[in-house]
Amino acid sequence: MTADVSSAAAEFARRQQSPLQRIQHQLHGRPWLSPLFLLFVTFVAFFIATPTFLTANSMGILLQQTAVVAALAVGQTLVILTAGIDLSVGAVMVLSMMVMATLTKDGGMPGVLGLLIGVALAVGAGAINGLLVTRINLPPFIVTLGTLSIFTAIALLYSGGESIQQEHLPGLLNALGNDFGIGKFRLTWGIVVVIAIYAVMSFVLSQTAWGRYVYAVGDDAESARLSGVPSKRILLAVYTVAGLVYGIAAWILIGRAGAATPNAAPTANLDSITAVVIGGTSLFGGRGRLIGTLIGALIVQTFDFGLSQMGVNQQWRVLATGLLVIIAVAIDQWIRRVKA
Amino acid sequence: MSASDLEVAYGGVPAGKEDVYSKQPVLSARKLVITFGRVVGLDGVDLDLYPGEVLAVIGDNGAGKSTLIKCLTGAYVPDSGEITMSGQPVHFKKPQDAREAGIETVYQQLAVIPALDIASNLYLAREERRKGPLGSVLRMLDKKGMERRAGDAVQNLGIQTIQNMGQAVETLSGGQRQAVAVARAAAFGSKVVVLDEPTAALGVKESGMVLDMVKQLRDKGQSIILISHNMPHVWEVADRIHIQRLGGRAGVITPQTHDMGEGVAIMTGATKLSQDSAA
Ligand SMILES: Nc1ncnc2c1ncn2[C@@H]1O[C@H](COP(=O)(O)OP(=O)(O)OP(=O)(O)O)[C@@H](O)[C@H]1O
Ligand SMILES: [Mg+2]
Repeated sequence: MTADVSSAAAEFARRQQSPLQRIQHQLHGRPWLSPLFLLFVTFVAFFIATPTFLTANSMGILLQQTAVVAALAVGQTLVILTAGIDLSVGAVMVLSMMVMATLTKDGGMPGVLGLLIGVALAVGAGAINGLLVTRINLPPFIVTLGTLSIFTAIALLYSGGESIQQEHLPGLLNALGNDFGIGKFRLTWGIVVVIAIYAVMSFVLSQTAWGRYVYAVGDDAESARLSGVPSKRILLAVYTVAGLVYGIAAWILIGRAGAATPNAAPTANLDSITAVVIGGTSLFGGRGRLIGTLIGALIVQTFDFGLSQMGVNQQWRVLATGLLVIIAVAIDQWIRRVKA
Repeated sequence: MSASDLEVAYGGVPAGKEDVYSKQPVLSARKLVITFGRVVGLDGVDLDLYPGEVLAVIGDNGAGKSTLIKCLTGAYVPDSGEITMSGQPVHFKKPQDAREAGIETVYQQLAVIPALDIASNLYLAREERRKGPLGSVLRMLDKKGMERRAGDAVQNLGIQTIQNMGQAVETLSGGQRQAVAVARAAAFGSKVVVLDEPTAALGVKESGMVLDMVKQLRDKGQSIILISHNMPHVWEVADRIHIQRLGGRAGVITPQTHDMGEGVAIMTGATKLSQDSAA
C-alpha cells in the first residue's frame, strides 16, 4: 500500500518512539546486527577491563582459538537449519583426528594419505548420522546422542587413550598450525581454511538451489516434499557435508593443539551449538545465516578468552558462557517481538 | 465404444464434445486402494480425466477427495490399483515424479514454505540458473530473472495486492498464500493441473479470478481436476463432476444432466446413481 500522508497508518508511522524501540526496530530489520552488536559490547567491556585485551598479539590468539569452534559450527548450522541437532560434532572430530595421527605416526603412512583417510572417515561418520535420520526416521537428537558415545568410545579404543605429540606427526598434519604475519597480527593457516569454508558454504546456502532446499526442508519438511524437494536426499547430504567439515576441523585442531589427544575439545558440542544459537539461527529450523554463526563463534571465544585474560578460572568461565547463551537468546526473542 | 457405453462410464457426454470422450483419457485411475492402518482411505476408486476438460470432484468431508488426488500426484503411493497417463502405466513414487510427467498440484494444505519468499516458492524444485559459467559451474541461481517471471505469473492471476515478490510467504494473508500456490501450479504450462479447494480462503473477487484462470487453462487445452465444496463454482466451470463418497466413486454427472440438488443428494447418499440414470 502506498503511504497516504493523512491516513491513520501514516500517523502511526510518525509516532514518537523511545530510543530503545528505535534500536529494536533497527535490529529487527537486520537480524545479523544483533550478534554483531553483542560482539561489539563484549569487546568494549573486555577492553575496559583488561588493557592487554585489544592488542595485535591477543587478537591473533583469539582468532586461532576461534578457528576450531568456528569450523565445527558450520556443520552444526547446516544441521540446525534442517531443524536437527548434532551432538556428535566433537566425537567425530576427535575420532578423525586420532585416526589421522595414529596412521601417520613416526612415518607409518604418508601425511596426505592419513589426512585423506581421516577426513573420509569423518564424512562416513556424518553419512551414518544422516542414514539413521533419513532411513530409520529416528530424531536427530537421539541419533547423534548415540553416535556421540559410539564415536568417542571408538576413538579411545583405537588410540589406546594415548596422545600423539606433534614431533611424531608428518609436517602436513601440523601445517594448519603454522602462522604468518600480516602487520602485527599472527594468523595461522587454520584461520585461512576456516574463512574459506565460510565463504564457500555461505555461497552455497544463499546462491544455489541446494541451499534453498536446506531452508525449505528445515522450515516445513512435508510441504517441501510435496513441492518436489528431495527432502531425504537433502538431509542425508547435510549430515554428510557436516561430517566433511568436522574432518577438516580435526586437521585444524592438530595444528592448533600441537598434538592429537583423545580427550581434546571436551566442550566442542556445546560451544558449536552456542555459536549457532547466538548467531541467530532458529533451533526450529529454516531460519538463520552462516555469517551469524561466525559472529556467534567469535562471541563465545571472546568471552572465554577475555575472562581468562582477567584471570577468571575455568569453572566461572563455563558458568558465564551459560549465562551468555540465555541472555543472547532472550535479546533475540525481544527483537523478534517488534511490531511492524 | 458406443455412445451409451460412454454415458454409463463417464457420466453425460457434454454436447459437441463427443469426440473428446472417445479419445484416450490424459489421466486415468482404476481400482485405487489405499489404507492407513485400519482406516480405509480409498476403496477401489476409478477416475478418468479427458484432454481439455474440467473434472470437478465433490464429496463430503472425509470422502477421500484429497487422498484420491494425492495418489494421482505421487504424494501417496496407493496400496493397489493402476494409474495411466495417455494409456501408459505410471508409478509415481514422489510428487516430483508426477510433476515431471506433467501434473501440477495445489494441495489442500498448500505446501508453500513460510520462510521463503514468493518467488522462491514459485520456483521451488525447478529453480533456474544463471547463464554462462556462473550457472553451469558455480550453479548460481538466476534470482532476478525468477523474481521477474514470478511477478508476471502473479500478475496474470490478477492478484494486485501482492506486489513484492521478495516478501516472505508467512507475511501474506491466507488468501494471498492460496493465490501463490495456485499461481505456482498454473504458471508452468503442464498437461494436468490439480486444484484441491483452491478457493477455500479466497474472497469473492479472487475466487472469480481463480475460476477464470481454470477456464483459461482449459481453453489452452490443459486438463484440470478441481476439488471444491462450493457447488455454484462447480456447476459454473465443470464439464463433468466426479462424486466421491465413502472412499469410492458414487458416480459421474454433468451440470447439464443434473442440478445441484441432485448432485448433493448423490453425494450424501440420499439418492443412488443407478447405471441407467447415469446420463
Ligand atoms: N495420512 C493419513 N493417515 C491416516 N488417515 C488418513 C490420512 N490421510 C487421509 N486419511 C483418512 O482418509 C479419509 C479421507 O480423507 P481425505 O483427506 O481424503 O478427505 P477429503 O474428502 O479430502 O475431506 P475434506 O473435504 O475435509 O478435505 C479420512 O477418513 C481421513 O481420516
Ligand atoms: Mg480434502
